[in-house]
Amino acid sequence: MTSTVQPGPVATESAPSRLRRRRAAVGGTDEEKRAHWSVKLVIVIICFFWIVPAFGTLITSFRSESDANTTGWWTALNPANWGSFTLSNYHDAIVNAGLGNALVNSFAIALPATFIPILIAAFASYAFTFMRFPGRDVLFLVIVSLLVVPNFVAMVPLLQVYGNLGLSGTFVSVWLFHIGFGMSLAIFLFRNYMATLPREILESAKVDGASHYTTFYRLILPMSTPVIAAFAIFQFLWVWNDLLVALVFIGPGENAPLTVAVTNNLLGQQGQGWNLVTAGGIITMVVPIIVFLALQRFFVRGLTAGSVKG
Amino acid sequence: MIALYVVYPGIQTIVYSFANAQSTKFVGAQNYTKLLSSSGFRDTVLTTLVWVIVAPLAAVLLGLLVATLVDRLRPGGEKTAKTIVFFPMAISAVGAATVWRFVYAYAPTGQPQVGIQNAIVTALGFDPVAWLEQRQYYLNTMFLIIMFLWAQVGFSMVLLSAAIKGVPTDTVEAARVDGANERQVFRRVIFPQIMPTVVTVYVTVIIGVMKLFDIVYVMTNGSFNTNVLATSFFNELFTNFNNGAAAAIVVILMIFVIPVMTFQVRQFRLQEANR
Repeated sequence: MTSTVQPGPVATESAPSRLRRRRAAVGGTDEEKRAHWSVKLVIVIICFFWIVPAFGTLITSFRSESDANTTGWWTALNPANWGSFTLSNYHDAIVNAGLGNALVNSFAIALPATFIPILIAAFASYAFTFMRFPGRDVLFLVIVSLLVVPNFVAMVPLLQVYGNLGLSGTFVSVWLFHIGFGMSLAIFLFRNYMATLPREILESAKVDGASHYTTFYRLILPMSTPVIAAFAIFQFLWVWNDLLVALVFIGPGENAPLTVAVTNNLLGQQGQGWNLVTAGGIITMVVPIIVFLALQRFFVRGLTAGSVKG
Repeated sequence: MIALYVVYPGIQTIVYSFANAQSTKFVGAQNYTKLLSSSGFRDTVLTTLVWVIVAPLAAVLLGLLVATLVDRLRPGGEKTAKTIVFFPMAISAVGAATVWRFVYAYAPTGQPQVGIQNAIVTALGFDPVAWLEQRQYYLNTMFLIIMFLWAQVGFSMVLLSAAIKGVPTDTVEAARVDGANERQVFRRVIFPQIMPTVVTVYVTVIIGVMKLFDIVYVMTNGSFNTNVLATSFFNELFTNFNNGAAAAIVVILMIFVIPVMTFQVRQFRLQEANR
């Protein structure tokens, strides 16, 4: 955004601004790539609207309780007030509001719920793509149509099943749920991707006497890394950010993940200062934002594919 | 595995929807008649309908606007703008709720306003408003939709932007040579070519909105007439402990979703046929 070309005064043009103009000329060789100022203005306004709410939250999470609840966060932008920023909200949120424990729970839920479906789905997709068995296409079509079934269809019955099995409130119950629902998406994506892999390679492997097992581990799995990574990121963020499933099967308490803990301990309680609420909010955001920024390329891809998740 | 998790519970849910609150006795269609005759539930359906009508359309239009505009920037600017619009997509509705509850925060007249929206309104000389309690014209639902858009426009923007980049440049250039202005180029050349993506995004957002739970739950918990189907399902299940009514709500939701599902499957089959 900041790289907008400034038409500086020609006579006293400084070196940096000339450099900037040079770069602009290189980057914008296409005639149509030169944006009209009104286009830039609209984009700046949109970006402004997107950033300001989140920025206010971030600032407030570093303010003291009395400041945060009596003055707007924008007053903290005045350099005179910078001295009063504090980290104590994060300490309070992690220790007193139990978010430290919840953070561990979130990992304990999200990691297995991401990797187990990948393992099973990769096998299943191999079978769907490269093996012939009766009812294969029908079965696959069923999986595709199940993609868009909202997951709470299964909640009432599964709640009873888990209750009977003594699984209520455990990590296992959420794992199983996310595995069951992540699987159809995983199979759908993996199978579609594997179908695009060149068949000649497989045939030559077969000619060389490779078993299905070898072909899968040595050829198909390594070649499918992009789609597996995309799914892994999508599923991880989906589980990490999930509130409903965790609320239904685990609920508040010992095993609650971050989303549930923040909702119950901070948002749901009257009289929790904005300083704590915002700090809690930032804690829930840290991991997804890191994942997002680090793996943005895969993330976009996973999202594109994951748009069919029901 | 999938049969265990989706097919069996699906059938079981339909069975439960005809049973009583503890799922011990069949009560016929009573759950449905009770729901449909309660004005609260009708309001819930209407609010869900408002979401389904407004949110996907707005998400597609706004996403299309951003995608079209950033396409004109230089690559660096485009990437920055996209990242900014896209990042809320990565965070949870709970995280977003801490952001937006704060934006919409309300304090009575005379007290300092820490929520930015009320601070602006009072600075302009008006009285502060409890935004999330304004039920007339679904105003509070609109504020929730704004939050939804903040979180979701990035998604439609990314998909549509990819589609716009896939439009062959010679078609665009040919139109320009023929003297078409930018608006005509967009409407007559680019838009028809990205239409399939527009439809995909629209359908996806519709599905997402139909099942929407967390935004409403964490922002208002369905009070002030913001209840949607998913939150009322949750409340029937955990506040009223009424399995029958909860299952009936799910079945009603399924009736909404099935047409969309059929569409999605047909699209997929078409793709397969073309391969």
